[in-house]
Amino acid sequence: MNSKLKQLIIGITAATAVAYAGASLATGITGAGATFPYPVYAKWAEAYKAQSGVEMNYQSIGSGGGIKQIQAKTVDFGATDAPLNPNELALGGLAQFPTVVGGVVPVINIAGVTPGQLKLDSKVLADIYLGKITKWNDPRIVADNAGVTLPDEAITVVHRADGSGTTFIFTTYLSQVSLDWKRSVGGDKAVAWPVGFGGKGNEGVASYVQRLKNSIGYVEYAYALQNKMTYTQLKNREGLFVQPDSSTFKAAAANAKWDKDNGFYEILTNEPGKDSWPITGATFILVHKSPEKVESAKEVLKFFDWAYTNGDKLASDLDYVPLPANVVTMIRDAWKAQIKDAANKAIWK
Amino acid sequence: MPMFSNEARHKQQAVFDLLFRNLTRVSAFGVLALLAAIIASLVVGSMPAIHAFGFGFLTSSDWDPVNDKFGALIPIIGTLITSGIALIIAIPVSFGIAIFLTELSPRILRRPLGIAVELLAGIPSIIYGMWGLFVFAPLFGDYVEPWLNKHVGTMPYLGPFFSGPPMGIGMLTAGIILAIMVIPFIASVMRDVFDVVPTLLKESAYGLGATTWEVMWNVVLPYTKVGVAGGIMLGLGRALGETMAITFVIGNAHELSQSLLMPGNSISSALANEFTEAVGDLYTSSLIELGLILFFITFVVLSIARYMLYKLGQREGQAA
Repeated sequence: MNSKLKQLIIGITAATAVAYAGASLATGITGAGATFPYPVYAKWAEAYKAQSGVEMNYQSIGSGGGIKQIQAKTVDFGATDAPLNPNELALGGLAQFPTVVGGVVPVINIAGVTPGQLKLDSKVLADIYLGKITKWNDPRIVADNAGVTLPDEAITVVHRADGSGTTFIFTTYLSQVSLDWKRSVGGDKAVAWPVGFGGKGNEGVASYVQRLKNSIGYVEYAYALQNKMTYTQLKNREGLFVQPDSSTFKAAAANAKWDKDNGFYEILTNEPGKDSWPITGATFILVHKSPEKVESAKEVLKFFDWAYTNGDKLASDLDYVPLPANVVTMIRDAWKAQIKDAANKAIWK
Repeated sequence: MPMFSNEARHKQQAVFDLLFRNLTRVSAFGVLALLAAIIASLVVGSMPAIHAFGFGFLTSSDWDPVNDKFGALIPIIGTLITSGIALIIAIPVSFGIAIFLTELSPRILRRPLGIAVELLAGIPSIIYGMWGLFVFAPLFGDYVEPWLNKHVGTMPYLGPFFSGPPMGIGMLTAGIILAIMVIPFIASVMRDVFDVVPTLLKESAYGLGATTWEVMWNVVLPYTKVGVAGGIMLGLGRALGETMAITFVIGNAHELSQSLLMPGNSISSALANEFTEAVGDLYTSSLIELGLILFFITFVVLSIARYMLYKLGQREGQAA
């Protein structure tokens, strides 16, 4: 009996210890960060390996994790959905550039309501997440939805439990459209949610929304499509209701004023334009401006150069919006100007 | 010449012996050093949060990463409540299992049933979590929670704990899943300690005309109560630190609500969810301090368990 108990105790002690490991491979490129662009990075890596033989190993640990890992130099590049501002970039000695644009969509689970049928006003969405609108048949929801049968049931709010770039895009948008939200909650990768359940990752939110009746959540568009979830329309800045798809993400992205001197810092939520999807966001890559391992840094730039040239179709297939040609040219110029080796020579030529 | 070679061998053996002894000593003390190192790194890591919030950390229900305000009250309460629910359910069930296995079960059923209970302990916790979310929670939300709402939710005093929208996941569900997970631990310890009761004592009681229940309650339980309590403490230790299964079904919301049907958070699931993504010194440090608190709670519980089992061991010695 005693030895059994000892085993138990050892097992329990071991289970309470928190292990933390950063992965690194001897060959190829390693990157870590945002989950939002993971599907497209995985596709690019597969195609790139077939052509060049160089393996790209990407760990989708989340934007915050990506920033931490690149600062600790355990990876060759970090990935984040929430761009670092020029001050933060200067402080860490990092260069930043965008890769693709995508959308965040509200998803719901109400019996009888089909994808793209329900229309939500931006302020209504904010008030649902503030806990001010608590029933699906609230007059403010019904007003925009003639012909949709909405139940007299409580709304179950679902949000992310972990810090996340998707949350950053979503809460930044809510702060722009609702003064109440801005004052009491704010926009960040993790916030103090007034109400609701927390799911871990896009998958966690997706499975909670599918499980819980009369719920609402928010996920990256590709997750909504893959899981065949009921997404909603949203009212954009021009007061028009739009459907989420690559054309409305593109319309929003067209407003971006990319500038390489501020590290391409650009937030694409609540952009003008009658076709613009209001919760659109770009996702970014972080690399060191003067990398210790010059060869690896070069391989990273080669990989993304290849992706900008050949990866547009793979991105569009997954409903991400590729960047326009002039932005890509600007990014290559930024590489030349910003990323230098020890002798202060440009790594990218 | 032979004398000489023998002496050399003795010397060699002495060196090996010394080496071996020190090797085992290093291994044994290595564990202690590791434990000290873990505590030290937790304390160092949580220093920024301890400086910023002091003892207020334990009583504050804030959890606001935007404004860097953190408090441990909600996760601590969540951890204690879910573990408490688990014990309330697991203790009587485990007691029943142990009585059946030691006293009532036909001899051929004893081994298979015992093994089945122990196998339950070997199921990885993530499986319990997934089963909880995909199978148990929908059934619980559709059938049990509406019933609780209607019948228990309207009672005085007890009512507020069982009212609220029936969503299937929340503190109560987490407690029930935990109960299933700790039952094999408590039951197998109870069975083991019930087995050490001398047959002579039980036979004498039966001989005097006692029923099975009277034998259990008046002979077996008083004889083994320290060991039983130790087993319960072990189960509690396991429940306190359980992470994956809880993360799936507790709802992961930093909210303080009276109803057990509402979502909450536990220390371990807050860590699992937020640690990799926590940005900023104070946020990370607050999470590490949560870890330190969990370490402390678990350490105290397991120490009590060890002490109780030690007392039982002493008693066994006297009886023999």
